[in-house]
Amino acid sequence: MSVLEVRDLDLYMEDEQILDDVNISFEEGVVQAIVGPNGAGKSSLAFSIMGLKGYRDVEGEIVYDGEVINDLDVSERSKLGISLGWQEPARYEGLKVRDYLNAATDDEENEDVSRDVLEKLGMDPDEYLDRAVDSSLSGGERKKIEMASLLAMEPDLVLLDEPDSGIDVSSLERIFDSIDYLVERDATVILITHSERTLEEANYAYLMCGGSVIDDGPIEDVGMYFEDKCLPCETKNIPQKKENGRYEN
Amino acid sequence: MKIEDLYEAAEIEDAVSDPDVAHLIINKDKIVGENEIAGLSVNAVEIEDGVDVEVVVEEDAVIEKPVHMCFGMTQEEGLQRIILDMDIRAGSEIGILAHCVFPKAVDVRHEMDAEIRVGEDAEYSYLEKHIHSPKGGLEVVPKAEIMLERRARYKNDFELVEGRVGELDIDYECVCEEDSILEMTAKVDGKEDDDISIREAGDLVGEGARGVLTTRVAARDDTDAEVINELSAEAAYTRGHVDCKEIIQDRGEARAVPIVDVHHPLAHVTHEAAIGSVDRKQLEALMARGLSEEEGVDLIIQGLLS
Repeated sequence: MSVLEVRDLDLYMEDEQILDDVNISFEEGVVQAIVGPNGAGKSSLAFSIMGLKGYRDVEGEIVYDGEVINDLDVSERSKLGISLGWQEPARYEGLKVRDYLNAATDDEENEDVSRDVLEKLGMDPDEYLDRAVDSSLSGGERKKIEMASLLAMEPDLVLLDEPDSGIDVSSLERIFDSIDYLVERDATVILITHSERTLEEANYAYLMCGGSVIDDGPIEDVGMYFEDKCLPCETKNIPQKKENGRYEN
Repeated sequence: MKIEDLYEAAEIEDAVSDPDVAHLIINKDKIVGENEIAGLSVNAVEIEDGVDVEVVVEEDAVIEKPVHMCFGMTQEEGLQRIILDMDIRAGSEIGILAHCVFPKAVDVRHEMDAEIRVGEDAEYSYLEKHIHSPKGGLEVVPKAEIMLERRARYKNDFELVEGRVGELDIDYECVCEEDSILEMTAKVDGKEDDDISIREAGDLVGEGARGVLTTRVAARDDTDAEVINELSAEAAYTRGHVDCKEIIQDRGEARAVPIVDVHHPLAHVTHEAAIGSVDRKQLEALMARGLSEEEGVDLIIQGLLS
């Protein structure tokens, strides 16, 4: 069953078309991936779905759970159950990990949730709860705390923008375990990625190029095609003529 | 309002009942509690509209537990003048936790004129926590002249922990001799029509002296805020940094004036100042976790001022 539909979506920024007639129907409770080379429009699509500033003025419709959400702001969309994990999460001077995680839960007084999600990411709560979510954290630590906050929130649909970016090998499995945990909790997970390893976590993929979705299918098909033809992208996000049912780069 | 309410507001009931903790409690112009301990003498005299206080920490005395000072007013209106003379003698160590408590203020003015000398190798820290009325009917005017002798350390933190600022006019000036260390930090959250003026100045006159001036201000609603951080370096190997960040929201206005004045080629002083609204990415990341825009702004400012 479809939980999120993107219909005829166009996005322009400073007269440049960023998204071009994007149509995707995301299935509920499934890990799906949006793949494509840098500049293909993957993150822009995720930001449009989340309703971030600069990505709200779209043409077309974003329909979540049967409701058109184009007019909702970020907070309203998150209250419906949508959330986003950033590729490079924001840092906050002085804001404690404890307060950052508590903000994502329904019960801000309950520290058990914060401790639990940190442990799921392999982070010692006693070491991290009183640290600030600031530049003193490494990129990998910050990224894991981002994922911990998503686990604390338990969104129904989560967009993860390059979830493996900046993560060391030993922590990567924790991130993937967290994705599994979200799915076990019936969440729909949309991975924004150009990483072959992350792609393996998905069941189905949409291939973007030049702001458009040019193909979709099971990971085995789209993933192999992406790895063979799009890495590296030699045509600067210009889709090539489709032959034999596939676009050629 | 009873004096016990001041203790409760400042959360110092336990401290004032501990015989090993030195304290001085002043309500408007009356000394309502004091306790001295070995190595520390406090001579407080009531004057018109206030109290004149002399504090001496004996040479090499180490005061283990923080000394509690409470300058407060249970009344809604009035003037409180505190004249403070601190003599932190060579080799001594002391930390003061000062609560300035004005929970009922409607039309109150609190003045502080402090002279502070920190002797050679002495260490002095002063954490000043303000608890104000939610109405903001308060003028707070603290002035301090501080002298740090060789290798002395001085750390001052100013925080408003509850209530509205009202009108705040801080003016602290410190002269730093050889190898001494100065740290001054002020964090203030302005709301409604609060008026904030902060001047912190350090004069690094001795070789190897170091100073850091840090200010964090939120100017919300119709708050007007001005921060002047001055750091001058007169001698070789002096090091300093000025760091001012102000967040403005609504119709707030803020000015930051970092003044770095270097008079020696072997000195090095840096500064950074930033004024702006809440960072959009920071805010949207919190909103994407279910917070409203207002809740997100509050949390970001709470972190900045923590």
